[in-house]
Amino acid sequence: MKSEIHSGWGLHPRIETRVVRARQADQLVDGHPDASLLIQGARRSYGDACLADRVISTQLLGHLLEFDAERGLIRCEAGITLDVLIAFIAPRGFFLPVTPGTKFPTIGGCVAADVHGKNHHKEGSIGFFVEEIELFLADRSRVCCSREERSELFWATIGGMGLTGAIYAVTLRLKKVENTYMRTRTLKTRNFDELCRHFEETQQEYTYSVAWIDSLANGAHLGRGSLILGEHATADQAPTSKRFKLHSTGGPSVPFFFPSATLNGLTMRLFNTLVYHRQIRQQRDATVHYDPYFYPLDFVRHWNRIYGKRGFLQYQFAVPFDGGRTLMGDILQRIAQRGVASFLTVLKTLGQESGGLLSFPIPGYTLALDIPLRDPSVISFLQDITRLVVRAGGRIYLAKDAILQRADFEAMYPRLPEFKRVKRACDPHNRFRSLQSERLGLT
Amino acid sequence: MKKRALILGAKSAIARAIAQRLVSDGYDLVLAARQVDALLPFATDIRLRHQCQVDLIEFDALDFDTLEHLPQRVERTAGPFDLSVLVFGYLGKQEDTGRSTEEMLKVLNANFTGAAVTLGHLANYFEQRNAGGIIGIGSVAGDRGRQSNFFYGAAKGGLGLFLQGLRNRLAPCGIHVLTVKPGFVDTPMTEGLDGLFLVAKPEKVANDIVRAYNRKRDVLYTPFFWRWIMFIIRSIPERIFKKLSL
Repeated sequence: MKSEIHSGWGLHPRIETRVVRARQADQLVDGHPDASLLIQGARRSYGDACLADRVISTQLLGHLLEFDAERGLIRCEAGITLDVLIAFIAPRGFFLPVTPGTKFPTIGGCVAADVHGKNHHKEGSIGFFVEEIELFLADRSRVCCSREERSELFWATIGGMGLTGAIYAVTLRLKKVENTYMRTRTLKTRNFDELCRHFEETQQEYTYSVAWIDSLANGAHLGRGSLILGEHATADQAPTSKRFKLHSTGGPSVPFFFPSATLNGLTMRLFNTLVYHRQIRQQRDATVHYDPYFYPLDFVRHWNRIYGKRGFLQYQFAVPFDGGRTLMGDILQRIAQRGVASFLTVLKTLGQESGGLLSFPIPGYTLALDIPLRDPSVISFLQDITRLVVRAGGRIYLAKDAILQRADFEAMYPRLPEFKRVKRACDPHNRFRSLQSERLGLT
Repeated sequence: MKKRALILGAKSAIARAIAQRLVSDGYDLVLAARQVDALLPFATDIRLRHQCQVDLIEFDALDFDTLEHLPQRVERTAGPFDLSVLVFGYLGKQEDTGRSTEEMLKVLNANFTGAAVTLGHLANYFEQRNAGGIIGIGSVAGDRGRQSNFFYGAAKGGLGLFLQGLRNRLAPCGIHVLTVKPGFVDTPMTEGLDGLFLVAKPEKVANDIVRAYNRKRDVLYTPFFWRWIMFIIRSIPERIFKKLSL
């Protein structure tokens, strides 16, 4: 067995771990009935949800198993990454029904985190589109679950962070598209109130929406940014020559860890100001390819290295609409005042819950911040903010988390007891566990 | 008409990479391996992506009695074929191999006896059809006997010699034989081994192999620098070599 140094995408924490790469389905859960393990995909969650002393990687289990063009269904192994999946479905006139902001996670990881995308307010998280999950349980038995069959296990597995069993295959309902382009409208906003107003006015109309916020702007400019709205382009709106153009592979890469001081208050302020002023007009319409639209950061591989070896925290919380706006304004203010710089700050609205017992999205707003870990005191600062989030009936996204405390976690996920019941039934000895599940008292 | 390739030992990482590469060159595939059902997802994936025919057949090089009928079995399952790629091999652990007769035989039989008998019958098949081609995967370990893996090295070296003879015999009928000597490749076979260096990706190795076959090269070292490394290792006088621990 090989030993490797692993971290999530946020590069914190970093641990030494033993890795086995499963070569076929029945190797996902191995023989020692007591040995704990964690199924690991592409390590694109940010914190410690993908880390454990002993992991079994799905890296080699990335095959397509079935494709039904009539019904728009695809069945594939858990280790397939979204970019590979897109390369297969896009030329056939389909796209992912939900996609996070990067195309490099595995589909198994996406289901385990019940990921959401820019269309959550209208179409929900990926759990809405999962028809069936095949998994290996702790006793190595192979089971299928769906809304109809073993539905408790199904809803515990969607958003269950890989703790119910080893997801081997997923059947996903795809979205029909006429081409691989997006029609976008970008609205520049001067402050937080204007941004929220724009959100409210456009939510019914647009399928995709997300706002970027200049989190370093203070005072009257607090919350300035731009709201990016989008729709899949119709046949007459896209370049006709290459209707189903794919993302390119390759591109630049960050070859080494930048010094931790690279992203300091000054450079981040400069970057955010430049981005904000890049667009002069109040409103701009464009047709863009899906790659820069959904996955702008994928353009530079290993971009996380610009945060330096100490890495960064991705802090994402959701709060209900009711009172959420005030709370977010308050939190943005605190962040700006403390001078905690967030390189990229993203705001969006969320729609209905999927039904996943530990799924993150609830109707309301969600705010995501990238915070460099130069100064460890930022952790307790964020833990204090978490308490405000809990009080407002909000929650933290487990796929991004590295610092949540057990009591706060238990207060923010009301269906946790149901989850624990399913977990006890299908994994009585807590074989499936991660650093995160131990920290949060889940295992 | 589409060409068809038979891949023996299709579960290995190099074999899969060769299969992918051949499919993109327009080949249909017959994948042969022990417990071949494990290759179902791989085969399905290729079929979905490339709209080509992929057949699976159960094959065990140590089951000597079945080797004679292999070409007929392939024909019956899939149809005539134009290229055989022999990839299977068994490294074993030298410590175990040195002690147990069973392990010694397994290493020798998998890498040499089974491989040579299989190739012998395949050669007859191609000769009859007066067309075809063979790619055999040997190893740089077959270029000089070393204390660390001489059972494996001797068998692979023997296979190299066998392929050389086969090439000589088949050349008059225009059937090409390529001997491949890969260095360290990042595969399950080498996973966790100590002291590896210059480890190559299976995709890169597969690409080299198919290109060399298309160009009718006779012996390929891949990655290329292994030709020079092995030249140096072969040039060390035995008097000195026997005292080294390479």
